[in-house]
Amino acid sequence: MSENAIDIINLDKIYKNRVQALNCINLSVKKGDLFAFLGPNGAGKSTVIGIISSLVTITSGRVCVFGDDIQQKPELVKRNIGLVPQEYNLNQFITVEETMFNIAGYFGIEKRLAAEKIYKLLNQLGIWNKRKNTPRELSGGMKRRMMIAKALIHDPKLLILDEPTAGVDTELRLNMWDFFKELNEQGVTIILTTHYLEEAERLCKNLAIIHKGNIVQKSTMDEIYRIKNQHTYIVKTTQPLNGMPVIDDCEIDKIDSYTCEITTDTMSVTDIIEKLKYMKIDVGSILNKRNKLEEVFIQLTDD
Amino acid sequence: MKKEILIPYQTIVIKEFLRFARIWIQTILPSVVTMFLYIIIFGNFIGERIGEIKNFSYMDYIIPGLIIMPVISNSYMNVVGSFYSSRFMKSIEELLVSPVPNNIILLGYITGGVLRGFAVGIAVYVVVTFFTDLEIVNIWLTVFMTFMTAFLFSTAGFINAVFAKTWDDINIVPTFILAPLTYLGGTFFAIDLLPEIWQNISLFNPIAYIVSAFRYGFLGIEEMNIEFSILIITSITFILYIIALSLLSKGTGIKN
Repeated sequence: MSENAIDIINLDKIYKNRVQALNCINLSVKKGDLFAFLGPNGAGKSTVIGIISSLVTITSGRVCVFGDDIQQKPELVKRNIGLVPQEYNLNQFITVEETMFNIAGYFGIEKRLAAEKIYKLLNQLGIWNKRKNTPRELSGGMKRRMMIAKALIHDPKLLILDEPTAGVDTELRLNMWDFFKELNEQGVTIILTTHYLEEAERLCKNLAIIHKGNIVQKSTMDEIYRIKNQHTYIVKTTQPLNGMPVIDDCEIDKIDSYTCEITTDTMSVTDIIEKLKYMKIDVGSILNKRNKLEEVFIQLTDD
Repeated sequence: MKKEILIPYQTIVIKEFLRFARIWIQTILPSVVTMFLYIIIFGNFIGERIGEIKNFSYMDYIIPGLIIMPVISNSYMNVVGSFYSSRFMKSIEELLVSPVPNNIILLGYITGGVLRGFAVGIAVYVVVTFFTDLEIVNIWLTVFMTFMTAFLFSTAGFINAVFAKTWDDINIVPTFILAPLTYLGGTFFAIDLLPEIWQNISLFNPIAYIVSAFRYGFLGIEEMNIEFSILIITSITFILYIIALSLLSKGTGIKN
């Protein structure tokens, strides 16, 4: 039995229009991980996810899920995977409950057991009272929750979340994060793709970044913090700046008469405040412009 | 076996059945009304002037064709409409990411089409009984032919749905291929009454064999050899099924 939830070996994907979406990528995700899979639009994230979940065909290479090859044992592999795709794929004409029963049926779950699971899942996700509604009558956030419920009906060991919180409000997003963490603690391996890098930073221990069909970074979140030491701070002063302040080892850009951007890889926030104080500049506030993951992401995917 | 095959199959069939049954005014009723008008106009008004064909009144002669016509179009339209709309809404992904074998997906959709074919066929037959006291000569052959016809055209509808890129594409085959073949397939006339050249052309029309075999079951008139007709229909069905299964396995039209 493999120790990895996913093993991607020399995976290539060339679409019919001859676009090479993946260029011989190799990637492993350990069982029980909450793994961030990041990349700019068009980098190949959805292609990889589509291949793992059998929605996209493989040009060459192999993908194994819990040790089983998806091309050799597709039915066995599919039993272990739950997919929350980026785009809504809901039948607009049938109710939430009917959709859930259908999906349970596709996974061979008997009606009585399916009813129990549906009750539990829809309650957990807060959409039980919407079970008689069709997707057309649901808000964006409710549709997202329905997509998650669909993916979990068969208790998958691997959950793939392709931008699961896109378009949902902050409160719901935080609730979803808690829900995903809880699932992960119960032993479900989760792969998360997101454009909210804060989300990846908050939830995931390991990550990979894909760019133009190549894996350009695969590491732990801690390693990311060690890669990039440079910080950019936004400093707001209480009084207008007279000219541009100069601090050794810092690059300073004036934004407006009260604001400047200070970039440094050696100085701490305290050091900067002290230096500015020495120059008789009173600091009203100081903010980190980007988090470190964002810095690394931009560096690795910048053309 | 039960869990992995039967439950998914049953789920797809019930889903497909409910899909057309809920909107019976759009799916079942129009064919019944159309056939009612055919019976009134061709059977009663025009038929009386035509007289008898092969010892049957013209109305009785065309009734088998009038029943099988909506079976053909409804079984076809059910599958092409349902499968294409699943592609259009992307809800087909629910099936593709599930462990349902391709054979079961295909059989599930085809069964939905067959059920609609039977539902319409029975509804038209009920209407027919108000106009004639005709009794079915061979009920089992009639049921078998209805099943094979619905199966064949459901499979053809599935293939059309796989290749369709727009909603217009699902109407091209029924309008420009099925309808002409049905009208020229001996629904309203006996093929052996046609000039020889048209009789020979009709041999290439699969619907002619269907109408002939169905009429044989219904009225007991053998216009084309019944064994050969069944062989042709079964062979075409088998070939179409293999093509549909291969398209589904390759993911044509549904996988990138």
